[in-house]
Amino acid sequence: MRFNQLNQLIAFSIFRILGALIVGFLLLILGFIIWQGVGVISWDFLTTAPTDGMTAGGIYPAIVGTLYLVIGSMFIAFPLGVMSAIYTVEYAGNGKIVRFIRVMTNNLGSIPSIIFGLFGMALFVNSLGFGDSIIAGSFTLGLLVLPLIIRTTEEALKAIPDHFRTGSLALGASKLQTIHRVVLPMAFPNIITGLILSIGRVSGETAPILFTVAAYFLPKLPESIFDQVMALPYHLYVIATSGTDLEATRPIAYGTALVLIAIVLGMNLLASFLRRYFGKRINV
Amino acid sequence: MKQLRKIAERTVETLLTASGAITTLVIFLIIVFLFKEGLGLFNSPVVEKGYVLCVHEKNSVADLTAYQIKQIFDAEVENWKALGGKDEAIELFRFEEIFNHYPEAEFGEDYQYLPDKLGEYIRHSSGIIAFLPKRYAPVDKPGVKTLREAQIRITDFFFGKEWMPTSTPAPLFGVLPLIMGTLWVSFFAILIAMPLGMGVAIYLSELANERVRKILKPTIELLAGIPSVVYGFFGLVVLVPFIQQLFDLPVGETALAGSVILAIMALPTIITVAEDAMRNTPRAMREASLALGATPWQTICRVIIPYASSGISAAVVLGIGRAVGETMAVLMVTGNAAVMPRTLFEPVRTIPATIAAELGEAPAGGAHYQSLFLLGCILFIITMIISITAEVISKKQHHAV
Repeated sequence: MRFNQLNQLIAFSIFRILGALIVGFLLLILGFIIWQGVGVISWDFLTTAPTDGMTAGGIYPAIVGTLYLVIGSMFIAFPLGVMSAIYTVEYAGNGKIVRFIRVMTNNLGSIPSIIFGLFGMALFVNSLGFGDSIIAGSFTLGLLVLPLIIRTTEEALKAIPDHFRTGSLALGASKLQTIHRVVLPMAFPNIITGLILSIGRVSGETAPILFTVAAYFLPKLPESIFDQVMALPYHLYVIATSGTDLEATRPIAYGTALVLIAIVLGMNLLASFLRRYFGKRINV
Repeated sequence: MKQLRKIAERTVETLLTASGAITTLVIFLIIVFLFKEGLGLFNSPVVEKGYVLCVHEKNSVADLTAYQIKQIFDAEVENWKALGGKDEAIELFRFEEIFNHYPEAEFGEDYQYLPDKLGEYIRHSSGIIAFLPKRYAPVDKPGVKTLREAQIRITDFFFGKEWMPTSTPAPLFGVLPLIMGTLWVSFFAILIAMPLGMGVAIYLSELANERVRKILKPTIELLAGIPSVVYGFFGLVVLVPFIQQLFDLPVGETALAGSVILAIMALPTIITVAEDAMRNTPRAMREASLALGATPWQTICRVIIPYASSGISAAVVLGIGRAVGETMAVLMVTGNAAVMPRTLFEPVRTIPATIAAELGEAPAGGAHYQSLFLLGCILFIITMIISITAEVISKKQHHAV
């Protein structure tokens, strides 16, 4: 008995320390980037282009580029993903086809992002002849987040109790009217949450845009969807690894990393806040 | 009016049905494009495109593998005997050298006599091997034999130990070091992440009080969202110098740095999934064990972990999946030397990092480009196997009651 208790004490102490250590360490990474980067952030940093071979100046073109890519990829992925989820939840029932589709969606979600980069380069850049462009990058990123949008939308739709659907159908509405007027408005907040999560994901991805859109250095803003752009994650990679004067570039790299983290974590926080907020409202 | 609406509804519903197939379609397209580009490699000649190798007519060697060609041009092999020919020294000859042997005027205005001169030169040196552009090669001139255009072999690709995609005249595409590098880095990443992740999962699900858990769990989930390039950057500025100093190494960019960064990145996934699995243990089982006099620690070891084992395995498999496919962080901290990994303290190179680093410079459609797509195919197959394994394992969880 004594022995057991001692054993337990040791084991539990180890787990407690481990828990504190690991979580502390993960937060330390975050804190380190924030601490190093916060001094660099200024209005000028956010609104001017890089100068002097990217050892000075700001990151404005990269921010704008990432913004364009986010908008472009959402234009492609959001409608497709929501429609796909509506089909699987509302129409397809529970048969073999749906199970197959689910497995495929899961598998698509587990494909490494560099493969999307290869695929995007082969299909959009070379075969369809878009070249390195916003449209090629947006398609690639859009396909990458498709599983995330489908999954969150499916959950949002499943959360709507069936009696709303049967009630609407009983009043003589068609199935499509029911989805359009009853199910979608109710699920809307949670669907938007999925959209926000996807924006966070898209803005942080580097590998898919390496060969489809990202420019090493391009101080002017794009004029059409067939132009290249700079993007935040790729810019961070470039100035962290291949600058002319790495030491002089470090502060800019910290600043870029901080802006990137702020966007991604900001989106994730916003999503979880919205989920909690609307979650409460629907239950009432 | 009613008719019109019905048609409209039918159209929308057809659209919905079609979009249900979108993910399947995308996977199908990925497979088609990856393999279409990748498998072209096995139709490419061993020698760089647009070039041929010529030898003296009496030379008995008919074809050479890419590795042999590399050995010849690196002067590691200096006698034809080693390649199955007669005992004679090998004379290396590159195209430009012809201009040292004949005056420029003899080649004619449009270099139309160049092939003749090349043929003449080869005819007079019996041990020669000449690396020439196809347009000027003296293919059917007397005294010259063109080596058969061998194609890159599947076995050379998968079991070759040298990855030198830009070496001339014959690039080497041996992916073994890259596959081993990927597995090596991922294996140690999981070795680090699994015990730590399990410990934290046990702490969160069994020991932490509800208030702490409610703060920690979302925080950890949030950390899973940090972009990999940021982890890579952190690794580059903190971890790499730290490892270099700690072990007194010439460079800090090592397999170890890659493993540690991957472990850090895999931790949130492992913790979240394993914790969910443990918390899914039915309350009745937990309480029955305690009521029988088992201590909480015994309950964890003998009841909760066995019950949650398939969920925990799924967590580990998912962690491996994330580690194998991770690109940017690994690219930034592992040093990217394409050698067979022997220790943790040397640079290695993984498949995703190779693709990311080299695709930009590989001309589209060339052998190098195709070989990178083939690497993509290998990576795709590995991750598919992992994701299907995870699915099978977590399916078991639901039936195991």
